[in-house]
Amino acid sequence: MNNRINQLFERKKENILSVYFTAGFPNLNDTVEIIQQLEKNGVDLIEIGMPFSDPTADGPTIQRTSEIALKNGMSIKVLFEQLKTIRESVSIPLVLMGYLNPVYQYGVEKFCQKCNEIGIDGTILPDLPLDEFEANYKTIFEQNNLHNILLITPQTSEARIRQIDDASEGFIYMVSSSSTTGAGKKVEDFHADYFERIQAMNLKNPRLIGFGISDNATFTNACKYASGAIIGSAFVSSFSEEVKTADSVAQFVKNMLTAD
Amino acid sequence: MKYQVDEKGYYGEFGGAWIPEMMFTNVDELKRRYLEIIESDSFKKEFDQLLKDYVGRPSPLYYASRLSEHYGSRIYLKREDLNHTGSHKLNNTIGQILLAQQLGKTRIIAETGAGQHGVATATVCALKGIKCIVYMGALDVSRQAPNVKKMKMLGAEVIPVHSGNKTLKDATNEAMRDWINNPEDTHYIIGSVVGPHPYPDMVARFQSVISAEMKKQLLEQTGSEFPTRILACVGGGSNAAGAFYHFLDDEQVELIGVEAAGKGVDTNETAATLTVGTPGVLHSSRTVLMQNEDGQITEPYSISAGLDYPGIGPLHAHLFKTGRAKFLAATDEEVLQAVLLLTQKEGIIPALESAHALAALDKIKMNPDDVNVINLSGSGNKDMETYLDYFGY
Repeated sequence: MNNRINQLFERKKENILSVYFTAGFPNLNDTVEIIQQLEKNGVDLIEIGMPFSDPTADGPTIQRTSEIALKNGMSIKVLFEQLKTIRESVSIPLVLMGYLNPVYQYGVEKFCQKCNEIGIDGTILPDLPLDEFEANYKTIFEQNNLHNILLITPQTSEARIRQIDDASEGFIYMVSSSSTTGAGKKVEDFHADYFERIQAMNLKNPRLIGFGISDNATFTNACKYASGAIIGSAFVSSFSEEVKTADSVAQFVKNMLTAD
Repeated sequence: MKYQVDEKGYYGEFGGAWIPEMMFTNVDELKRRYLEIIESDSFKKEFDQLLKDYVGRPSPLYYASRLSEHYGSRIYLKREDLNHTGSHKLNNTIGQILLAQQLGKTRIIAETGAGQHGVATATVCALKGIKCIVYMGALDVSRQAPNVKKMKMLGAEVIPVHSGNKTLKDATNEAMRDWINNPEDTHYIIGSVVGPHPYPDMVARFQSVISAEMKKQLLEQTGSEFPTRILACVGGGSNAAGAFYHFLDDEQVELIGVEAAGKGVDTNETAATLTVGTPGVLHSSRTVLMQNEDGQITEPYSISAGLDYPGIGPLHAHLFKTGRAKFLAATDEEVLQAVLLLTQKEGIIPALESAHALAALDKIKMNPDDVNVINLSGSGNKDMETYLDYFGY
């Protein structure tokens, strides 16, 4: 299996740092530089957000970055054009994250083929539920060596977690608490019992914990219970007009990986 | 049963439950339990009792003689505007609050456009002593001020939503986010036949009392339970779903939904989803949507806050696709003229939403012997400010 996600989890078992950013934010053409800088500064996996007008699973931060990205002119077409030669400079796994409707309009099959062509390794599409994925799209994804990453939450029943584990490839996205992204619930407040319960299930797939990871302390804590963690809202909030994108990314990743 | 939802929550190719995993447990519980609960004797008994003694049902079916004379055809008005709180919305919120109690939920959230569903939700929460939070687009908060005050007086918290176009779609996004953040104690009372399965079917069932009564009343008044046609306005489509429900398989009855054309279906300022929309997924349902070629949802426009929505219930998308129902669109201007006509011919001031159905009378061919039923879904009380401004009284 030559999917870069699987290769990553075979090579690295702990402290995997995955970073989300919204493509087209802060500027339309920042995408490639952000990806290159994230890799250069030690990030293991990147989730590239495809902005949507109605991101119902996201909190205010990603709503805002999505709105700006759309105003800047971002679309799946533009994003694919930007990523056309990304594999000449970047080797870590890349995952596209977004809502189904833009993908649906682009054409799911064409979307998967394009991902394969570019070297995208997976997708996270929160409003594409497991049963619809399996009934409609699984084969297309497999043909294009694309892993569709599935989520679990504190409310997910044990039976359903098993089902999701069976259907998953790559890793499981473990939502730390019942919330939208960037909701401000801290990892310390999360139920350690939930993390321990999942740990004890000995799932086939590795897990990354996301939602509510914002600094080194929350990252380190999450890493105790999974192979690593995902940072989104905190990263996109770190951009400012005064600091150059490259410097801003470097500083953020350094802060994430270094204890105070 | 061609037009009923299937086991997976689909009406033909439309519907389903395209939910993020964070909503799975709640939606799955609803899906597993809603039929068993709403078909139980104890539920039916309490629901029917409240519809009768609290809502004031059955709502009259009124023969509008001067309007009939004007159009040269027989026109009946199903008076949902006479329900408690002034619209059909209470039929659904009564049903859902009883269901929420059965599910052990202690906190209710809702979205609202014109404020009618918000008021209907705040009302049943007051009735049952349950905490109520209503999300409402900031633009709607300002254009439907009396309803906002009513909700507050009823004890609900009204949260203005400032994202997007600040209307119904954005309020719905925010209510979904609330549900994701509060998965244990909260039930989301969706106000229309939209959202993930089982909502479209559940809401249609609660609203179906409208067409059940119509059949009886038509039989008494016209000698046949089947009218020539039924007209209802459609935003998400709950009053239309209720008015069509028991006639769906009676194919001799013509069903007409009327969407909001806004400033015209050929302008960018419209909410006529079926005229300008294409299939897609929004608010956990595959249906017809107003969107651009990149799949971004475009902002709808209508003078009527209750129809200002870029999607439509999957049942209606299916009725449109199969041709079982016909869908027309009425502009703001046509609607305001229809408001004035009904007001001065019959002494009934209709809601802006309902007046879309009235405006369609100018767009269809009617014979003198036809029986036309308009579902007059709401009262114009909430729109008085708009009317006074426009007509200059």
